[in-house]
Amino acid sequence: MEWLNSIVYGVLLGGLYAMFAAGLSLIFGVMRLVNIAHGDLIVLAAYLALVMTEAAGIHPLASLVIVVPLMAAIGYLLQRVLLNRTLGDDLLPPLLVTFGISVIIQNGLQELFTADSRKLQAGAIEVASVRIVEGLSIGILPMIQFAAAVAVIAFLQWVFYRTAIGRAFRATSDDPVVAQLMGINHRHVFALAMALSLAVVAVAGVLLAVRTNFDPSIGPARLVFGFEAVIIGGLGSMWGTLAGGIVLGVAQAIGAQIDPGWQLLAGHLAFLLILALRPEGLFPKVQA
Amino acid sequence: MTDLPLLQIRALDAYYGDFQALFGVSLDVRAGEVLAVIGANGAGKSTLLKSIAGLMRRPRGTILFDHAPIGDLPADQVVARGIALVPEGRRLFSSLSVEENLLVGGQLGRPGPWTLAQVYELFPAIAERRHAPSTALSGGEQQMVAIGRALMSNPRLLLCDELSLGLAPIIVRGIYARLPRIVAEGTALVIVEQDLVQAMNSAQRVVCLQEGHIALEGAAGELTRERIMAAYLGA
Repeated sequence: MEWLNSIVYGVLLGGLYAMFAAGLSLIFGVMRLVNIAHGDLIVLAAYLALVMTEAAGIHPLASLVIVVPLMAAIGYLLQRVLLNRTLGDDLLPPLLVTFGISVIIQNGLQELFTADSRKLQAGAIEVASVRIVEGLSIGILPMIQFAAAVAVIAFLQWVFYRTAIGRAFRATSDDPVVAQLMGINHRHVFALAMALSLAVVAVAGVLLAVRTNFDPSIGPARLVFGFEAVIIGGLGSMWGTLAGGIVLGVAQAIGAQIDPGWQLLAGHLAFLLILALRPEGLFPKVQA
Repeated sequence: MTDLPLLQIRALDAYYGDFQALFGVSLDVRAGEVLAVIGANGAGKSTLLKSIAGLMRRPRGTILFDHAPIGDLPADQVVARGIALVPEGRRLFSSLSVEENLLVGGQLGRPGPWTLAQVYELFPAIAERRHAPSTALSGGEQQMVAIGRALMSNPRLLLCDELSLGLAPIIVRGIYARLPRIVAEGTALVIVEQDLVQAMNSAQRVVCLQEGHIALEGAAGELTRERIMAAYLGA
């Protein structure tokens, strides 16, 4: 039963990783930009929520109403003012600039909030759980987090394949020059994609901060989890990203069950194993 | 006002870096006419279309469309004014279905005669494949989608770059046979074409480019084969 508990815990944790991954995957898919600052933006969202909860006294989950649009606006401006200028045939400039942003966010947060660990207090909901059978209980909060992940993935899937802006994302990704000939302003489309990515980052950041302690330095590790989930799931597939997050979460949970020190190592090993056996990931995008 | 040309180009120069591809090109396109631009490889035909469509960076000279200067506008704003380009090699969006390609073409919502239904009526072959991935189509069907996609923006001027590229002659004839329908809806055409016979048969006027200069210009019926060959080869 202990094992079953860990696996369920791992699956639910995987939802969070899938959310880290979805925003990364979206940006890479639309504009071939690898956002090294992705993890730090997750932490930035967590601190924004912290300020909201402490200044306005609202519940962390209610702070999403402000943090999500705020992060989306930051994403739009970041892309329009800065990152669009770095895009071109060379992948290196955006990589370097987002690396710089990563350093700036980490140090800025450290100046403002010190290096102390913080946590968002969600109250009674944090410890509430549902008993499934004798010996197996599932926390309400992890379930909310997992449901949020599924909802986010389903929403992104719907946006990409059922809406005009999703068509514009895919068309611009295929051929930005011809997309311009269709009247699509690719700079605006890229900025919308970044806004959407950071809206997902905001949800992930707040849910992360309710679940666990955070400090300004934890961003890069979240970036690694996100990358691993994207690669495991297969680039370009939203539901694959959810599967990738779950595989990573379960591997970590099983590792932790064997020995608490093995949690991260087990996740990385699962990632390497899949990279060796199926380099295209579990659910690669179907190529016609 | 109505007899003023729809498109007026004056002293147009275009560059790729330090390389000059067009030298002082001037030409007019009148509403509802078909102009063929011919010339050897590298004569500047595609560059001319790209300059009109807003894909060249800062061409020098004047491009007036409907009396308004458009030379400095980026491509996405040029198409909003009513100029669409069917790019060389078709360049469909590979991850989109046939219908999605057409819908992207129509995403500006410019009013006019062309709708999904009208495009499917013009090219019944692609109506049957509307939900197929665009990559699953034959070259001829892809060309029809590329033309349809451009028409979906309801252009007043349609620029066609090498419609015959890589297609069997019978397919090319089939596609060219549909062009009068497009003109009948009030759209002027500029066709860049390697296939001389096809170009001469489809157009009222012909412009021959040679190394970035206009070497010859005239009504399609009045130009002799000898004069065209001379302009082609620079003899």
